[in-house]
Amino acid sequence: MGPPPGKKRRKAEQLSRFDGIERLAHWLTASFFLTLIATGAALYIPAVIGFVGRRGLVERIHVDVGLALPLPLIISLAGTWGKGLRADIRRINRWIPGDRQWLRLTVHRQPTADVPVGKFNAGQKLNAAITGGVMLVMLMTGSVMHWPYYWPLSWRTGATFMHDVVAIFFVVVVIGHIGMAVTHPPALRSMFTGKVSRAWARRHAPLWLEDLETGP
Amino acid sequence: MADPEGGKPTPVGRRVVLGMLGVGVAGVIFGDPVSRAIGDVLAPLTAGDAGIASLVPGADNFQLYTVVSGYPAPPPDYRLTVDGLVKRPLSLSVADLEAMPATKLVHPFQCVTGWVVPDVHWTGVQLGHLLDEAGLTEGATALHFTSFDGVYTESLTIDQARLPNVIVAYQMLGGPVTREHGGPVRLYVAPMYGYKSIKWLSTISVVDHVEPGYWEDNGYAVDAWIGRSNGL
Repeated sequence: MGPPPGKKRRKAEQLSRFDGIERLAHWLTASFFLTLIATGAALYIPAVIGFVGRRGLVERIHVDVGLALPLPLIISLAGTWGKGLRADIRRINRWIPGDRQWLRLTVHRQPTADVPVGKFNAGQKLNAAITGGVMLVMLMTGSVMHWPYYWPLSWRTGATFMHDVVAIFFVVVVIGHIGMAVTHPPALRSMFTGKVSRAWARRHAPLWLEDLETGP
Repeated sequence: MADPEGGKPTPVGRRVVLGMLGVGVAGVIFGDPVSRAIGDVLAPLTAGDAGIASLVPGADNFQLYTVVSGYPAPPPDYRLTVDGLVKRPLSLSVADLEAMPATKLVHPFQCVTGWVVPDVHWTGVQLGHLLDEAGLTEGATALHFTSFDGVYTESLTIDQARLPNVIVAYQMLGGPVTREHGGPVRLYVAPMYGYKSIKWLSTISVVDHVEPGYWEDNGYAVDAWIGRSNGL
């Protein structure tokens, strides 16, 4: 007695979308970002400050987690174990004609079912690139604020201003990211299991499926 | 290496990341006047120090710091104590302070990390006047301030304390100092960064040496002159 034939076939239809390193890097970075947003709120919003207080402790957590924020990515990229992540970052960096078409259709709220996109669509590519840019800007401006004496006072004012602006912008991005994840359960599930179905890939990442079937 | 997904690829991802980094650097260098302009535009909305507009970056908003749980409530029988190396220890109610010669200042509140609230109205008693009232004894070189939050402390030298724009404030922003801002009585040290202006002030002890305060134990300058101290 083995598994029923249907189940066996479905299992064979599963494709690997994210390897273990990628998922670990994603969830560590995500939990760091959520910690930074929570502690940032407790440093910035008067009502939350009044509730939480303890500025010395909250600030230390915020700064330490902030400095640790790029580590999951850097460590994941540092060795042979980062092969999958490096390949995906290359995919995310490069835009093909289908990405622009996908973006145009999405902006005009039209269906994107037949657009030839690869493993990641333009929205996912933008989300990843913006997240990377936000990490750099927040690390830079946060460092100016945390080590204030190396910079002119007006730079510190500018850094505080940018840190606040980009934080609010990124909270909107994160809400959008989580919203897309919970409304697209197979994509969300693949960030836990690493797997997507062949049918999902055919619909959402046709060029990627093509490459998998024909070889690179 | 050929693009794995065909077509003519453009490195848009890299451009987005580098573009944001460029905007970030420009924002650090040139963001000060931009944020001041936003503060001016929003001033009618943020006056009175309340409302959602005060959350807009660049608005003239105080970041309300407290190092304990919540904003401490003043004891009902609040008194400001001046003790230590003095001839006549003082125990002053807010009414006692209000009966003394008042000093009014219009001066920014400048945080060491960069945020600033321009043109804050302050009313209080010059710290030097309190020292005269108490009368210093031999060996008095510094002041040690404690807050009734039970944690925060600060320090000044006697010379710094005698500057005319160093006041024990009972009014700011056009009314009594609120609980969030350190009321009923706080210090305001105009020429120094905000962390010197201890909130919820309860005791001023005249001592024989400077003892670094709460943030100074975390690496900030003891002599916190705005724009001058390098803290190193």
